Amino acid sequence: MADQSEFAAQAMPYSSALYAAALRMTRNVAEAEDLVQETYLRAFRGFGGFQAGTNLKAWLYRILTNTYINIYRAKKRRPEQTDLEDVEDLYLYRRLGGLEAAAAGRSAEDELLDFFTEAEVVTAVEELPEQFRIAVLLADVEGFSYKEIAEILDIPIGTVMSRLHRGRKALQKKLYGFASARGLVDPVAAVPAGEPVHQR
Amino acid sequence: MADDDEIDCDRALIVLYQFLDGELTIERRERIESHLYRCQHCFASYDFEQELRFVVRSRLQTEIPKSLIERISMLLEREALFIDTPGHG
Repeated sequence: MADQSEFAAQAMPYSSALYAAALRMTRNVAEAEDLVQETYLRAFRGFGGFQAGTNLKAWLYRILTNTYINIYRAKKRRPEQTDLEDVEDLYLYRRLGGLEAAAAGRSAEDELLDFFTEAEVVTAVEELPEQFRIAVLLADVEGFSYKEIAEILDIPIGTVMSRLHRGRKALQKKLYGFASARGLVDPVAAVPAGEPVHQR
Repeated sequence: MADDDEIDCDRALIVLYQFLDGELTIERRERIESHLYRCQHCFASYDFEQELRFVVRSRLQTEIPKSLIERISMLLEREALFIDTPGHG
């Protein structure tokens, strides 16, 4: 049994991560703040039932997710889109991979970072239907395992995997849309003619 | 019958996310790694996916506002008083 006087010291280190997830769930600063506040309040009240030494971070995310679903999603009238169009594997790599390889002298991470602004990544994630968005956030941003995500969302591991697979592909398609709109995807434009591609 | 130890590109692609998610057994992980070592094409695609994840993760990092931390701390302190009060436990 967890000691409530220990709660803040143990749980507050996760506040920025919870807030970031709340922002992407609610897509709204004021609602995200309320959601995180409500999550901490519920977690504090339930902390006596939390088994010390088990996964506190996953436990907090479970409360965050349930609170979001019970309070914020209930307020929405519009039913959430639950399906996604099928996107081929390696969607982005097949379109941008060559371009990235063509850039010499810099790390590949830097190249990709240059491709997508914060606003674009945020928009691409926020446009994903909720169930895919939350799964992708938990895995790719928070680094939870399939088993942890299954427990947080109360769904089978197979469902976690399928949501991740389809959510990630849909995210890639959205990101490609941004790169394409900015004219970044034409390799001819990215590597000036006559320039040696592999020279450092 | 095909050699079970040999992973081809199609199978490597199927488990790409499980590999990056750290969800493969050590044995399967090693088989993929040995394929990636030999196959430049698969290595490049795995590498790209990993970098993309890094980009998404770093673009979504946010600091919680200090004012919100203060609000939560005050709320928890008040809540603690309430819980300690006899008759409310």
